[in-house]
This record gives sequence, structure tokens and C-alpha cells, in this order.
Amino acid sequence: MASVQAEPIAVSAAADSGPWRLALRRLRRNRVALGFLGLFVAIVVFVIAAPLWADHVAHTGPNATHTLERITVGGEKRDVVNPEGKPLGPQWFGAGGKFFLGADSRLGRDEMVRLMYGGRTSLIIGVVSALITTILATVLGLLSGYYRGWTDSVISRAMDVLWAFPVLLLAIALGVSLAIGGLKIGPVEISGGSIWIPILIIGVVMTPYMARPLRGEVLALREKEFVEAAVAQGAGSLRVMFAELLPNLWSTIIVFFTLNIAGNMLLESALSYLGVGVQPPNSSWGTMISTGSELITSAPLLTIIPGTMILLTVLSLNVFGDGLRDALDPKSKVRFEARAGVAATGAAGTEGLEELGR
Amino acid sequence: MGRFVIRRLLGTVLVLFAVSVLTFLIFNVVPNSDPAQRMAGKNATPELIASINEEWGFNDSLPTQYVTMMKKIFTGELISYEGREPVDERIVEGIPATLSLCIGAAVIWMFFGILFGYLSAVKAGGWLDTTLTVVAVAGISMPVFWLAAILLNYLAYKTGIFPSQGYVELTENPLDWAYHLVLPWVTLAILYLGFYSRVLRSTMLDVMNEDYVRTARAKGLSERRVMRKHVMRNSLIPIVTLFGLDFGALLGGAILIEKIFNLNGIGQYAEEALANFDLPPIMAITLYGAFFVVLFNSLVDIAYAYLDPRIRLGESAQ
Repeated sequence: MASVQAEPIAVSAAADSGPWRLALRRLRRNRVALGFLGLFVAIVVFVIAAPLWADHVAHTGPNATHTLERITVGGEKRDVVNPEGKPLGPQWFGAGGKFFLGADSRLGRDEMVRLMYGGRTSLIIGVVSALITTILATVLGLLSGYYRGWTDSVISRAMDVLWAFPVLLLAIALGVSLAIGGLKIGPVEISGGSIWIPILIIGVVMTPYMARPLRGEVLALREKEFVEAAVAQGAGSLRVMFAELLPNLWSTIIVFFTLNIAGNMLLESALSYLGVGVQPPNSSWGTMISTGSELITSAPLLTIIPGTMILLTVLSLNVFGDGLRDALDPKSKVRFEARAGVAATGAAGTEGLEELGR
Repeated sequence: MGRFVIRRLLGTVLVLFAVSVLTFLIFNVVPNSDPAQRMAGKNATPELIASINEEWGFNDSLPTQYVTMMKKIFTGELISYEGREPVDERIVEGIPATLSLCIGAAVIWMFFGILFGYLSAVKAGGWLDTTLTVVAVAGISMPVFWLAAILLNYLAYKTGIFPSQGYVELTENPLDWAYHLVLPWVTLAILYLGFYSRVLRSTMLDVMNEDYVRTARAKGLSERRVMRKHVMRNSLIPIVTLFGLDFGALLGGAILIEKIFNLNGIGQYAEEALANFDLPPIMAITLYGAFFVVLFNSLVDIAYAYLDPRIRLGESAQ
């Protein structure tokens, strides 16, 4: 059965402070979590600053090629791409910030500029797809946990089917087919190269992993007295779900959302690496690893740098998400797995863990 | 109990059916993926395309095509569009590599996952715990193909300590087999290791607060005995569950790792087929992979129902 009982938090602190304030206080004491939140904010600022760096320092765009050009570093002329096809290494501020991290490939694009713009794509995909997953999972979890019966059966079976698919296989299959043809839902038309394709794929594919634990929590919550009280006062189903149950789910949802961004970014990088995520000329950290790894023996930095950015971003979200869970609900047993993109073909669930009724 | 098992297994069959239909649909409603066009090549005459359509039954209605394909899957007569080779032969060829990869990696991640988790929990809050936590979370947070590429570059291409690619049959040369698999094993294990040690750590910390642990301490058992006999034993249940599920999912092939290390397993075959829009192998591999996922899911559920009657009675929680 569902594991979480939202136990009243031990009110040893000030009796007048609400649960959110208590959580904030606990979070503030968690230096590690705050430190990693700081790292995440720094990464967000880094990618937001992309146009500034591109226009005022590097003087080039993320997709501009400089294959045959030469730059002057300390009075010495250097090829952006040498005759053997090897791109320029990091120049730091040697050329006034041009090719700060060198060129990206035979195309001679500015690696630093691509890294900043690619990070935007990666983060946007991670956050927007996590929003989609969270909204879908919350609505589905509320509906199936509240109504139970056949509503629950239909939703749970549908989730089972998505769950049974090896995650990466399903995402690749959708990626392969949608990247070519694009998508047309009624009046909305999405072209194959749009980043909405990976966003939608990831958002949908990850839904069951969040919907299942949420459903379990709703199942447990709806037996509580406050639900009974609301029903006795004549509250309708919608009101009970969204005004009574939902507020009790917020802490779980916020934690899941944070961890989901991390998992989705990893899935995006895997899809882009396999060529079925972000399509050229757009770049993401995943596509940059893919281009970089072709030159890994001669220019390993081109692989190491974008991968490190993914690692730092995902790490900061994971650590902060963990801290958030500890702060919001120290007794929480519900786990959300943010590793579908990590696991080879699929991530199995921990549902069994929750069902153990520890 | 009997009814529970039957209902669970029936559900499994339905889920697999839905998976197969969904896969079939994904690849049949896609524009530009006309298989006859692809098979005929770039400069195909309309006659050639028409004859391929006729020969392979692409003119039939979708339900008919679906039924034909499913029949062929179960009789092992499935032929791929690309290269026109028997699909089941390729899958059978891929099994040893995938299985070797999964088992070896599983041994490593279980051993170190449990070791790290145990040490973290026993020394909770200390520097060892912090270090292991950092290592574990970092392992979970990196893209697997990236780690693989970097390990390959520095341990294979640059220094030649390990062979860079390929798979050697165990029966051919056991030493060479292991030698070729060390890097893929380690890469795959690093991913899971972190997760397992984290789960074990948090479960152990919960169990340590249980009454029976207090009782064990109170009756004067040594700390080591309390940990091993009472805490560890009860904390391993979720780990074993998790392992069942993860291992089941992995048997469907580790797409990224197999591709990077060129192991020619099932995952790599799946990736090739996907890149070529080659529906027959995609169908077969998806079903094969999904089969293991639902099988291990059901096994875990049934094992629980056997161990804990509350689950059997609680209808809605399947």
C-alpha cells in the first residue's frame, strides 16, 4: 500500500509557524543543499548570459561556422581548423575571448558560445518536460487515487503499458519517427526539428514513474478525516481533489519536479547523443558530446566540457532535491526515480518498495 | 493466492499486447517511413515499389499486417526489411553479449552498492558517509555514454590498457572475454551502484530506529551482530526487489553501452533497427524487452503477495 502518511511534524519549534516556514528553516540549515542550489543558479545565469557573451565577447553566433578563418593570438596567426581538420584548442582570452574554449569541429564553430546556447536548450527541455510530466502525473494520480474503481483501472493499465516499455527504446522510437515527420495534433503543427518534439516525448514517457507514487499517496490521503469532513460539508469531487488533496501533495510534487528535471536532462542527452533528440543546427549539451566524441582522441576537451556541464547541473538538482525532501517531509518514504535516462533500456520502479508497507 | 497469480499473469499478457500494438502504430502512422520505398532504394521504379508492396503485404490493411507480423514473431519467421535477414537469429546471436554484460555489471554494482550503503549507514554523518554519498550521487548524475567515451579514450585509445571494442565469446577465450568486458561492466555498474547504496543507506537508517533493533541492543548483543543479523537482513529486502526489476529491464539490452563498446548485443541491434526504421526487429526486441520488464514486475508482486497477505487483500494496489 501507499506508504506515506503525512504525519504532523513534531512541533518542537515555535507553535505558530506553519509547515512551510518550518521546512524553509530546515532547508536553511542544510548547507550542502543550499550550496548545490547556488551551483544550479550559477549555471542558469551562465546560460542566460549566452547572447551577452556571443555579441560582446566572442562576436559570433552559436551556429556560425569559421572553418577557413584565422585568428590572431598574441601577434601569431592561427587556423580555426587546421589543414588536418583538427579544430583550434582553448584560447582563453588570447583572442579577446574569441574561441575561449576553442572550435567545436571541422565546422569551426565557437565552442563556448555553443556551450552557452546548448545549455539553454538542455535546461529548457529539462524544465518544460518536467512541467508536463508533473502536471500529467498529478492529474492522473489524483483521478485514479480519488475515484478508484474503473477510473483507476483504466489509468493504471495505461501507465502499466508505458512502464513496460523499455524507456529509452520507447523514447528513441518516438524520436526516430517524430524527428522525420514532425507532429500534427489538430491545428497545432510541430516540425521535426523543433525542440518541442523531445520535450513532449520525455514529458510523456516519464509520466508513469511519477504518477504511480502520487496515486499511492492519494489513496492513503483520501482515507483521512479531513477528506471525510470536506465531503460531509458538501464539497464536490473536484473541490476535494484540488482544494483538499492537492495541497497535501505539494511537498511531494515539488521534490519530484526537481528530481524530474535532472532525470529528463539525462534522457535528453541520451536521445540527442543518438541523434533523435535535439536536431541540428540547434545544439544541446547532448549533441555537443556527440559531435565532440568524434574527435575524442585529438580533442578530448570537446567531449569532457559539455558532459561536465550536464554532470554539474544534474548533480546540483539531485542534491538540492534530496535536501528539499528532507526539509519538506523528513519522514517521506516515497521515492521518485530520476534515472530513466541513466539506465540502459529502462528504469524499473521502486513501487514494490512502497508497497512493502514498511 | 492462486487467483491473485492468475489475475496478475493475465494482466501481463494484456500489457504485452498493448505494447505490441503501440509499437506497431508508432511506426505505421509516421509519414516518410514507407518501407517499400526504403527497400527499393533511391532510384526505384514505381513497378519495383509496387512489387515489394505486393510481396511483403504492405498493401494489406493495418490490422492484417499486424496479425501477420505477430504470427511471424511467434513462429520465428520474422525477416527484417533492412538486409532481409531472419530477426530471431540476430536476437539469439545478441543474447550472450547482453547477458554477459548484465550479469558482470550486476555482480559489481551489487557488491559495491551494498558495501558502500552499509558503510554509509553505519558511519552516518561522518566523513566516510559524506565521501561515499558524493561518489554515489555523482555516479547517478552523469550521462552513461559520456562516461563510457571518456573511459574508452583514456584507458583504451590513449594507454591501451584495455581493448577498445568488441565482444569475445566466453567459450572461445574466457580471459579475453572478461578483458573485453571490464570497461562496459564498470561503466554500467557505476550508474546503478550509486542508486543502490543510497537506497540501502536510507533503509538501514530507518530499520535502525525500529523497536526490534532496540530490543536486540537491549538484550546485550554486540553492535556488529545487531547490524549484521537484525539491521542488514531486513534492509536487504528492498535492494533485492530493486535488483529484480532493474535486471529484468536490462535484459532487453543496454542500448547506449552496447553501442559505444560495440558489443553487438540486443541493445545495439535495437539501435540499428531504430535508425533504419526496420520495423520487424523493433517489434521483436520491444516485445522481448517488455516481456522481461513485466515478468520481473509480476514476479516481485507475487513474491510480495506471498510474503505479505495485506497486498493480496488490498485489491486496488494491484
